[in-house]
Amino acid sequence: MSDLTKLTIADAREALRKGEVTSVELTDACLKAIDAADALGAFVHKTPEIAMDRAAAADLRIKAGDAPDMCGIPVGIKDLFCTEGVASQAASKILEGFKPEYESTVSGQLRDAGAVMLGKLNMDEFAMGSSNETSVYGNAVNPWKVEGSNAGLTPGGSSGGSASAVAADLCLAATGTDTGGSIRQPAAFTGIVGLKPTYGRCSRWGIVAFASSLDQAGPMTKTVRDAAIMGRAMMGHDAKDSTSADLAVPDFEAMLTGDIRGQVIGIPKEYRMDGMPDAIETLWAEGRKMLEDAGAVIRDISLPHTKYALPAYYVIAPAEASSNLARYDGVRFGYRAKLAQGDGITEMYEKTRAEGFGDEVKRRVMIGTYVLSAGFYDAYYNRARKVRALIKRDFEDAFNQGIDAILTPATPSAAFELGKEVSDPVEMYLNDVFTVTVNLAGLPGLAVPTGLDARGLPLGLQLIGKPWEEGALLNVGCALERSAGFVAKPAKWW
Amino acid sequence: MSIDRATAAKVAKLARIKVEDADLPALADEFNAILGFIEQLQELDVDDVEPMTSVTPMRLKRREDVVTDGDQQAKILSNAPDAREGFFAVPKVVE
Repeated sequence: MSDLTKLTIADAREALRKGEVTSVELTDACLKAIDAADALGAFVHKTPEIAMDRAAAADLRIKAGDAPDMCGIPVGIKDLFCTEGVASQAASKILEGFKPEYESTVSGQLRDAGAVMLGKLNMDEFAMGSSNETSVYGNAVNPWKVEGSNAGLTPGGSSGGSASAVAADLCLAATGTDTGGSIRQPAAFTGIVGLKPTYGRCSRWGIVAFASSLDQAGPMTKTVRDAAIMGRAMMGHDAKDSTSADLAVPDFEAMLTGDIRGQVIGIPKEYRMDGMPDAIETLWAEGRKMLEDAGAVIRDISLPHTKYALPAYYVIAPAEASSNLARYDGVRFGYRAKLAQGDGITEMYEKTRAEGFGDEVKRRVMIGTYVLSAGFYDAYYNRARKVRALIKRDFEDAFNQGIDAILTPATPSAAFELGKEVSDPVEMYLNDVFTVTVNLAGLPGLAVPTGLDARGLPLGLQLIGKPWEEGALLNVGCALERSAGFVAKPAKWW
Repeated sequence: MSIDRATAAKVAKLARIKVEDADLPALADEFNAILGFIEQLQELDVDDVEPMTSVTPMRLKRREDVVTDGDQQAKILSNAPDAREGFFAVPKVVE
């Protein structure tokens, strides 16, 4: 078979089971593609030996007829996931040299299902960023380029390496994590599918924590069907994460009929932003039409507290981060600064953290420290938590009024040039304007590629579902994907 | 609310991140830009709203209060920048 790396998970599963291809062949093809794609900066720790061992083991399982859906499928793992014996740095200098003695629950579930880890993927440092420019490894680069231009574009962030790797066919799929949009925004920027599950669906155990009440892992794939297959393998209850939901994970793939007749889709008016590019406006209108033509009932709705989502997020996320990142103190793991004569333990903490964290991480840790400090806790942190309750209530009201899913743009623009927005943190935060509400409310969100802008760059729409109803959400996504018929691929330059 | 140099220095100290004196004014400016953005939250009336504590309402699971893990000293120390005789080693804490 040719172009093995271009296969979807579903097609590869079929070919593996029929014996038309082996996991070793698939994995070898991916490893070759990865080695030829260093210019993309996607894979930052390659694990070819582990990959070939697991591929050989998967082939035995497939032969024996004991093959879960993900068995033999080569995937990339975001650097935020702890992987046993393999560098797991969260793209930070402060975790330099850290090799976990344990495997995160999600990557462990994939491993146990027979998935083949090809290596670790680039990301923004501690998942803080929307362009993959805060990584200690350097930028991940979008495989897409503006027609007739050589300028490097961001693959988005924080799961930029995952997005770049999947879009460039270096792997069949990848894991991502999403705290404010870090799966959906990069998926939209690279023309792939990204699912952020309901908060509590995927165990957070062994995933480097950023903001624990917002973080959620999910699949980044080439198709909605693949997101259903891989998502199911990643989810499930885990006693090691107290917020993990003890709910059965249904067979999402079996729910992908594409039939959405009678489903009520909400279009929230607050997501029509001032200065939104025409291309986004048009894409959204087209998406609305596609769902309507597929038999859905479209209804205009209001989510009145939308504009307060980003400011609330930029209180809550840094507050949780300042607490979570207190553990990086140079004592138990990772980097420790060189100390001067007479330096004590306080100097060790302060120098280690100053040298080990990048600028954006330091900024957020300090903002979080400030909003949690005595005298400001009520004015900022408690107020933000109250606003969060209002944002969640907006969605509950919509669902109570009969809305089944909500359609919005995934991002306020197409992928932008690397180096363009990094100077203004607040400007960068606006990238998450359409996605961050979903994390605050703990809902599932799905980014689906539906078109190209005038410059030939991919654009995506976001679907928001009810809690725990990823299956219904993916089914709406399936209908949107069919209607959009997005098949464009980036021209290979790397 | 505006953050001055002294407040920026205090926040850096609380966060245990060393910031050189020369870098404090720029840091204070960045804080002010971000806090200016956050300031919008003050527009809302939230007096009767309970702060959100749990993302998805659920009762935390209970378990027996027993030891479930342990005896992993070597693994726990394996990533330490400085480990000696079964302990994490740090600079002198008490003068």
